[in-house]
Order: sequence, then C-alpha cells, then structure tokens
Amino acid sequence: MSNQDATASPLVGPLIEVDNVTLRFGGVTAIDGVSFHVTEGELFAVIGPNGAGKTSVFNSISQVYRPQEGDIRWKGESIMGQRPDAVAGLGIARTFQNIALFGQMTVIDNILTGRHIRMTGNWFQGMKWFGAGKREELENRERVEDIIDFLEIQQWRKFPVALLPYGIQKRVELGRALAMDPELLLLDEPVAGMNLEETEDMARFILDIREELGISMILVEHDMGLVMDIADRILVVDFGKPIGTGLPDEIQANPDVIAAYLGTELSDNVG
Amino acid sequence: MSLGRPLLRTSYSEDTAIFPTWFQKGAASFLLLSLVLMALGAPVFGDIPKFLLGNTWLNPVSKTLTFAVAALGINILVGVTGQVSLGHAFFMGSGAYTAVVLGGASDDGWRACIPFHDNLGLLEQQGECGLGLPMWIWLPASGAVAAMIGILVSPAAVKVRGLYLAIVTVGLVFIGLHLGRMLPEYAGDFESGRKWPKMDIRLWKEETPLVALNEDGQWFGLIYLSEEQKKFFFLLAVVMLMMWFAKNLVRTRTGRALQAIRDRDVAAEVMGVPEFHYKRLGFAISSFYAGIGGALFASLNGRVSPVDFGLLLSVDFIAILLIGGAGTIAGTILGTLFVELLPRMVEKLTAWMTSKLEGEGTISAIANFLLTSGQEGDFGPISISTTSPGWPMSVFLWNLVIYGVLIVVFLIFEPLGLFGIWLRVRNYWKGWPFSY
Repeated sequence: MSNQDATASPLVGPLIEVDNVTLRFGGVTAIDGVSFHVTEGELFAVIGPNGAGKTSVFNSISQVYRPQEGDIRWKGESIMGQRPDAVAGLGIARTFQNIALFGQMTVIDNILTGRHIRMTGNWFQGMKWFGAGKREELENRERVEDIIDFLEIQQWRKFPVALLPYGIQKRVELGRALAMDPELLLLDEPVAGMNLEETEDMARFILDIREELGISMILVEHDMGLVMDIADRILVVDFGKPIGTGLPDEIQANPDVIAAYLGTELSDNVG
Repeated sequence: MSLGRPLLRTSYSEDTAIFPTWFQKGAASFLLLSLVLMALGAPVFGDIPKFLLGNTWLNPVSKTLTFAVAALGINILVGVTGQVSLGHAFFMGSGAYTAVVLGGASDDGWRACIPFHDNLGLLEQQGECGLGLPMWIWLPASGAVAAMIGILVSPAAVKVRGLYLAIVTVGLVFIGLHLGRMLPEYAGDFESGRKWPKMDIRLWKEETPLVALNEDGQWFGLIYLSEEQKKFFFLLAVVMLMMWFAKNLVRTRTGRALQAIRDRDVAAEVMGVPEFHYKRLGFAISSFYAGIGGALFASLNGRVSPVDFGLLLSVDFIAILLIGGAGTIAGTILGTLFVELLPRMVEKLTAWMTSKLEGEGTISAIANFLLTSGQEGDFGPISISTTSPGWPMSVFLWNLVIYGVLIVVFLIFEPLGLFGIWLRVRNYWKGWPFSY
C-alpha cells in the first residue's frame, strides 16, 4: 500500500488503489506515476486540463489500456492484466465521455445489457424462453424498471437510444452502469455539454446514487463548480502527472493547481 | 389475459411477448392458418398463388422455406452480431455435405468415405461416400458440423472487422468450391453433383420409413397428402421452430450481448460482455442455421452440385438482409420470400402477358407495349424468347436487372428494408388521422 494514504480509514481498506501507474503510447507518456485510492462510499474527483490523462486513468482501471508500470488493486488484489469484461464482473462500472450506448437498441435493452454480468442465462435457455431462463429475464426486467424510475426516463423506455436527446442519452448511460450493481462507478464527464438544468439534474442523481445506493464514485469532470460542490476529495493531473490530491478547499488553494489552470506569470517561467 | 385496452400491459411477460397486441396475434394466426389451408388446396386467396407462381406453387415456396432457415442464420451473424460475412454459402454447403455423407446411400459403404480412396487402390471403381443414416441424425449433425466450422473461423472476426472480415469469409467460399472439386467421393461430380438423402423419417436403416415425406399418401392414416404438401408442412414446421428460437435468442441475455457487440464492441466489453466469446457464439449459431438450411435445401432439391454453393449464393443472403431489413426476424423472412419468389413471379407474369398478346382490351395493349414477339416494328423491352441476348432482353436478364436495382433502391431509400416499410405503414395508421 502506498505510503501517502494518510486519509485512508484505518478500519476498512480502500476499495481501489491506483499505485504509481504509468501508461505510455510509444513516446507519449499519457499517465506518469499517478497514485490515489478511493474508500467505500467516497466521491472522488479527477480534474485537469484537456489531454491531461484523466480518461486514460479510467481506461487503465477498466483495463482497456494496459499500463506499463505500477499496480491497480481492487480490494487489495491486483487487477492488472485482466480482461475488461472480467474487471466489469468485479463490480466496476463506468460511463463514457463520448456516449457509448448501443445505438440501435432500446433504452430497456441498453440497461438490461448492464444486467449482463448479474444474469446467468445462456443461449440455450434464452432460445427456449421457458422456465428459469424466462423467469430470470422478467426479474431483471423489473430491476431495470426500478432504475428507469430512479432516473426518470419512463417516457423514453422503448425508444432506440440513438434517437434520444443528448441529456437523456447521458442518463441512460448512467442507468446502464447502475444496472451492473457496481461497487465503484467511474463517471467520465457526466455533465459535459449540458445546460444548467440538466447539470443540476445530473448532480442530484449523482448525490442520490451515493446516498441511497452507497456506491463509491470516481468522477472526471471539467465543470469546476460541480466538482467543488459534490466531491469529497480531488486529484489534479496535468500532462499525465499528479500535481495535487486533497479536499476541495485545499485544491482551490494549491498554487500548482492554480498554475496548471490559469498559468503562471511570465517572470516565473523565464529561467 | 383480458381483452382490455390494446396498449395497457400489466405484466412484463405481456410486455415482452412476440405479438404484444391482439391485432398482431390475430394477424399472425390468420396468415399461418391461411397458408396451411392454401397448401391443403382451399381457395383462401383464390387463384392468386397459382397465378403468380404457377400450378406447382408449393415447390418454390418450399425451396424458399429452406432458404429462410439459412437466412435466419445470416441475420443472427450480420444483422444481430454485426459481423459482415460473405461465407454463408460455404456454411450452407458444409451442412449439406454433412447430410449427404451421413444420410446418403452408397454401394461401397464406409470405404468410399476415405478421401482419395481411388488413388489408394482401396476400391475397384470410384464410389460415392454415404452412410445411409436416418434424418434425425443427419439433420442436426449438418447443423452441428457447420457450427463447428463456424467456431473455427470465428477468431478471424476478432482480428479483422467490417469489409476486411467480409473478404476473409469470401475466401471460405472458394475453399469450399475447391474442396468440392478435389473430393468427388463426397461431392459427387463437380458439374452434376450427387443425390441427396430423401426427406423421410426412419428410426434406423429400415426399408419402410415411419413418415415418408417424399411420396404421396396417407399421413398418419388421417389425411391424404401429396409429396409437395408433406414437404411443405414439414419445412413450415421447421421454419416456425427456427424463427421462434431466433426471436427468443434476440430478446434475451445472449441476444442483447450480440447486439451490444454490433453497436459498440469496446463499451460492450467494459459492461462485462466478453467480445470473443460472443463473436464465436454468433458464428456458431449462424452457421448452425446455415447448415440446417443447406441440408434441407439439398434434400428438397434431390441433386445439388458444389457450384450451387458459390459466392452468388452468399451475395443472395446479403441481399435478403438488405431488402428484408437486417436484424429483424420478420424482415428476414419477408426478404427471403421477396428475393426467392420475385423472379418466378416476373416469369409467370410475362408468360401470362404473352398469352394475352392476341386479343383486345387494356391488358392486351399493355402486353403488346411491353413484349416483343419478334414481329416487324415491335419495340417492347421484354423479349418472349428465352434466349434473346441483347435488346429486347429476355425475362431472365430482366430478373437480374430488377434484382440489382432493388438492392440499390433499398439501400438508398429504405435502409431498414421491407420491415422499415411495414413500420412506417404501422406508425401511420397508429397515429391516424394525426401525422404522428
């Protein structure tokens, strides 16, 4: 366990630990020695300028990218080298920056696909539509309806998601991730491109998820107002390097962070 | 279930039903019932089927049913899983040849099944391989063998996508044709092919079958049916069963996983859907359908040569999907009917118009306008001669032109195919008199 975990609860180990992860694409170092941990029930935010490597952190956690160095531990066990679907099976769900819904499928089918890892019916049970396989389908359909109620997207239920407005698609994507019954939810820019009302709605959903469902979350977001309001702790990355971790107030006062976001005065750069 | 408001559903099982409304249930039952009655000879739609498809209209329809089974397979692979394959003819062929090896009769028995036995001097003369097993073995086995080959091919789909996969699978068709030429023990003569096992249900190799589908006669001692009718009913039952399986697959966990891979494969993996596993499954199920379809087609036809399982057949299946509507079961069936029966309808209509040439009235005028009978000054685009090489074109050439034009028109104007047209008509009447 990394030694900078001063804030970790002594009773319960962290849910996920990202330990000194470095990810390179050829000569480009996308992530350079990023470390952080998230404890149970925590809302952790990762911020940074465009291209800082925030989404690469997510892709490393879900093992879509394979970091060359460092370790990622889920409840103390390394998940490095596992396939993305195996990582999902552990209880790590995510949404995508550029919506990655299954466009031709309906809202119900999209969210039901999120139930995939919690269901067991194979192709044969599906084909005969009888007995245990059918029962499982209908039970999970009920779970999906709960999520649809929670996210208030009842009226869109049977629409193919490609036809839905952007804000609704973002909600469906959140629903699909929730359907996985995750313990950790990775939210990649959940309010990007949204207007004020939609942002407020989404913030409400995020807080409800934490309070009602008790799911830990890692949030990548550019909307500083939202991040400072709802995040418990924040990690700032710039050019792949971590430049500060701490409470929102600490981050706002951190000179390195201010330099990364606003730039420094010319005299500091010279020499 | 009560006859309540048509759109009020009170259980999820009702909501996921294949035919959720009473109207749809009624329409589907009516179609099926009228098809059965028509096959029995009842004049449900008068003489329309005879007029469009000829007196022996059950034969082309039966052939279409065998194609429908294979088309359901390509729909699962291309329409549902999104893996473009031009190798479907090969999978159909592998099913068909499994059937002929297991079910076909041979004088030389199993010894003819050793490849190149002639060169090895095992037999006096060239023989064809056949084990003479009953249909309940060769029919499922033909599906299983095709599925196995599908599983072997599927790693290619993980490596290459889209057009590249299509080209890889084209290779399969040529390998198949080459094998057909190399192995006359299995494939028979390359040009004329070999005889397929007949459609009859036996327990084992006994002389008289339990149910002889290929002879006229009493069926179960109840009803006298002709050979065509028996085969038609058998194939209809098979197609209904395969449709039911395909529909159930698409609306359950496995089907959603396949569709997820079609729409966004990376996102699917992050949701816990292993890409390779489901692509392999997609290939296996699709090839299973193709194998069954191929075996039934060959058995129905009686004599098929390897040339019939060529690239054009694969292209036919893609056309069926495009015209019918990829990803939908009903669309697949509609597309098969359309692609397989339209040429015959065009031929029959032309023949009918030819018979009306010598007469008075509107129909004769139209016939005179469209047809060229070879007289001086005749300018119609369709030649009544079947061997006309240039303009006016024979009806066979016209069929090819219509086929090509249809694909272009559907791709540009109705990418959802016939199913899309149906959706539009349905939504129009649902909202009527409002526009939406």
